[in-house]
Amino acid sequence: MHLKTLSLGLVAGLLVSSAAFAEGIDTKRLHPKEEKFSFEGPFGTYDRGALQRGFQVYKEVCAACHAANHLSFHNLDEKGGPEFTEAQAKALAAAVKVPAEPNDKGETTDEKGVPLMRSATLADHFPPPYPNENAARANNGGALPPDLSMIVKAREGGAQYVYSILTGFHEKAPAGFKVTANKYFNPYFEGWNISMPSPLAANGVTYSDGTKATIEQQAHDVVTFLAWASEPKMEERKRFGFGTMAFLIVLAGLLFAAYRKLWKDQH
Amino acid sequence: MAATTSDAGTRRDFIYVASASMGAVGAAALAWPFIDQMNPTTAALALASTEVDLSAIQPGQQIVYKWRGHPLFVRRRTPAEIAAAKAVDVASLPDNNARNANVADNLPATDANRAIKPEWLVLIGVCTHLGCIPTVSTPAIPEGEYGGWLCHCHGSMYDTAGRIRKGPAPENLPVPPYAFLSDTRIKVG
Amino acid sequence: MSGPSTYNPKSGFERWLDARLPLPRLMHDTMQTFPTPRNLNIWYTFGGILTFCLGVQIITGVVLAMHYVANAGLAFDSVEAIMRDVNYGWLIRYMHANGASMFFLAVYIHMFRGLYYGSYKAPRELIWIIGVLIYLLMMATAFFGYVLPWGQMSFWGATVITNLFSAIPVIGNHIATWLWGDFAVGDATLNRFFSLHYLLPFIIAGVVGLHIWALHVPGNNNPLGIDVKSPQDTLPFHPYYTVKDAFYLVLFVILFAGFVFYSPDFFGNPDNYQPANPLVTPPDIVPEWYLLPFYAMLRSIPNKLLGVIVMGGAIVTLVFIPWLDTSRVRSCRFRPLMKQFFWAFAVCCVLLGYCGAQAVDAARFGIPLVWVARIASLYYFAFFWLIMPIIGLIETPKKLPASIAQSVFGDNAATPAE
Repeated sequence: MHLKTLSLGLVAGLLVSSAAFAEGIDTKRLHPKEEKFSFEGPFGTYDRGALQRGFQVYKEVCAACHAANHLSFHNLDEKGGPEFTEAQAKALAAAVKVPAEPNDKGETTDEKGVPLMRSATLADHFPPPYPNENAARANNGGALPPDLSMIVKAREGGAQYVYSILTGFHEKAPAGFKVTANKYFNPYFEGWNISMPSPLAANGVTYSDGTKATIEQQAHDVVTFLAWASEPKMEERKRFGFGTMAFLIVLAGLLFAAYRKLWKDQH
Repeated sequence: MAATTSDAGTRRDFIYVASASMGAVGAAALAWPFIDQMNPTTAALALASTEVDLSAIQPGQQIVYKWRGHPLFVRRRTPAEIAAAKAVDVASLPDNNARNANVADNLPATDANRAIKPEWLVLIGVCTHLGCIPTVSTPAIPEGEYGGWLCHCHGSMYDTAGRIRKGPAPENLPVPPYAFLSDTRIKVG
Repeated sequence: MSGPSTYNPKSGFERWLDARLPLPRLMHDTMQTFPTPRNLNIWYTFGGILTFCLGVQIITGVVLAMHYVANAGLAFDSVEAIMRDVNYGWLIRYMHANGASMFFLAVYIHMFRGLYYGSYKAPRELIWIIGVLIYLLMMATAFFGYVLPWGQMSFWGATVITNLFSAIPVIGNHIATWLWGDFAVGDATLNRFFSLHYLLPFIIAGVVGLHIWALHVPGNNNPLGIDVKSPQDTLPFHPYYTVKDAFYLVLFVILFAGFVFYSPDFFGNPDNYQPANPLVTPPDIVPEWYLLPFYAMLRSIPNKLLGVIVMGGAIVTLVFIPWLDTSRVRSCRFRPLMKQFFWAFAVCCVLLGYCGAQAVDAARFGIPLVWVARIASLYYFAFFWLIMPIIGLIETPKKLPASIAQSVFGDNAATPAE
């Protein structure tokens, strides 16, 4: 028994130990802020208002540089998402231009070489702001703005991490820390130098439902939207989960009764 | 099995039956997603509607679009073609069913039941025999004997309302669900 | 024990079928009347659970393959289309991904059960060896499968593991190129990995058939490790073990459902939600959790070829266990000394797994983890090659009970608590 206890204790100790030390200033990213979101927990759902406001922030602020290639306009009126009406979703789509299919002459550009465009429909994916990676880098000082469709699932820390980045730009750098040229200080980003300037400004968007557009509010809304963009089926998943677990627990109870009854005289 | 009293026996049987039934119900409920996943995805359903611009089509001309993977015939009929279609005695047709998704089922195949506006004929261009695409008949190049379409695969002939008149095809060319958004624009599906 | 069949076909159809293809007889003999020791505990339910897991993986996998596109430019997007557009695609994908983790969880419990109760000892050596083969096939299948979503971890995990082959002297680079079908992991690699990932589970199913067949010759071992001596020691498989296995299976499925519905990305790595980029290596490349112990062993050896040999040796070692253990007593219930080393071994495996998940240069309490991994790897090999042979010879086992029936029903049964 002694060997077992000793070994278990060693393992437990290692698991709760602290991080490594480094020389000078440790530029390891800060632990993300503990922002509460409506979609957390086994019964969490997306706040519709936050989703719609978040879409507005994405459209007006982020979409200029960040693609969201996995989202389609028909996702906007589907259950479990922002739940715009079909008419609203069509209007939102129609306001966006996408490259047109070749015309009858087989052309895809006009006589000046400008690509022919058409209004988007519900069937279209959100168009990217740049046609390819090189164009994206050229327009952003060599840095590639990542696609946001999956960003909440693609980052350690998820929604809290993205929220912390968006609201972390105003923090003051500690004395002695020099921000690299063409980068910006953000202690929630690994290394503290991030290529993106602070995208959100107080009242940068005007919410149609009258909510005050503080930086925190905009960040909260756009992160809710991005969480949905990463996991549009989350509400359906949790609903199914509840039904499944309830069913399985009842079934387990029945099978346990059968098992005990059957084995009563055999033990 | 160990012997039990009949009372314990029926109680055990109930638990068995209840567990097995619940297990079966669970298995059936679990089977549904695996069956439904083969149905068209939401992306395919989003492509289920097409809008067609009618402004460039001349009288007597047909253009072919694509709708749900099939060819879509949009034909602008001349007054002569409309008159020929209306003159037919529908009782003598091989298929006296309107085959029109925009009207009630099992109506007769009168010309009025085949087109919302007589000038515009919207049909799914797949021969109802074995699925080839029929060739449209024009005054310059007539195809078939009825001024409509001729299917070159096995010789089915359709008239100017897309109704089967001669040949092995059993049904009229179907009319898909569509609506006029304006005088020059229709939405199909 | 396999004895004469007791199947008695009743209807005319049953007799007709029995004379041509005796499947009902096979079902009757193996799953209905099969005499099974009456003292099997919860750890003996994992064989049935594993069969369920294999079924789940094959069914969800075949369905996913209806929508997945194995092309480097389309794979990642096709998986996202499954998650977003295919009806219940999210459910099927999460079942498949978490099902793989559940499969390995079950297989490790199953293997540790075999080690503890001496199920690998004569006459069951071949069942154990076939089991090692199944384990190897599972690891290969899981490795190929993880590459398919073509995320960052998929790509770089494939790069690291296939580069291991270049450690082989003289022909190593040719083998790596041959595996890749190109100068590096790419579209050619992805396509062949998809083909193999689809194929291997059916081979696993066949080998599982051999595994169960080999088991039915001597019959099950049991927690006491003593042979079945009379019919009083056993019960018919149905209904006693069908019902018991069904109950524990549902408990296992509750755990599975907990992950699928409430924490579907728990076992995953966020980096795999980024599309593969051959020009950017993620800061920490880690395989899935079930491969971490071997990964830790590999990284703890500074020499590339030796690291590969040690990692491979760790798995090959398993084949020799039936002959490395010299004890004449099977079950650790009656082996007080071996029991301690067994638990230390279990802790060592968890420790290795932990080390494998950390950065290569990580340290805890000032101790570099690479040294922890080295010591744990040393213990891993020592456990099989030194401890098993030696302890078997010097240990004084506890007194074994007279029979299973006596232990279960008897007055002063010699069944010490585990």
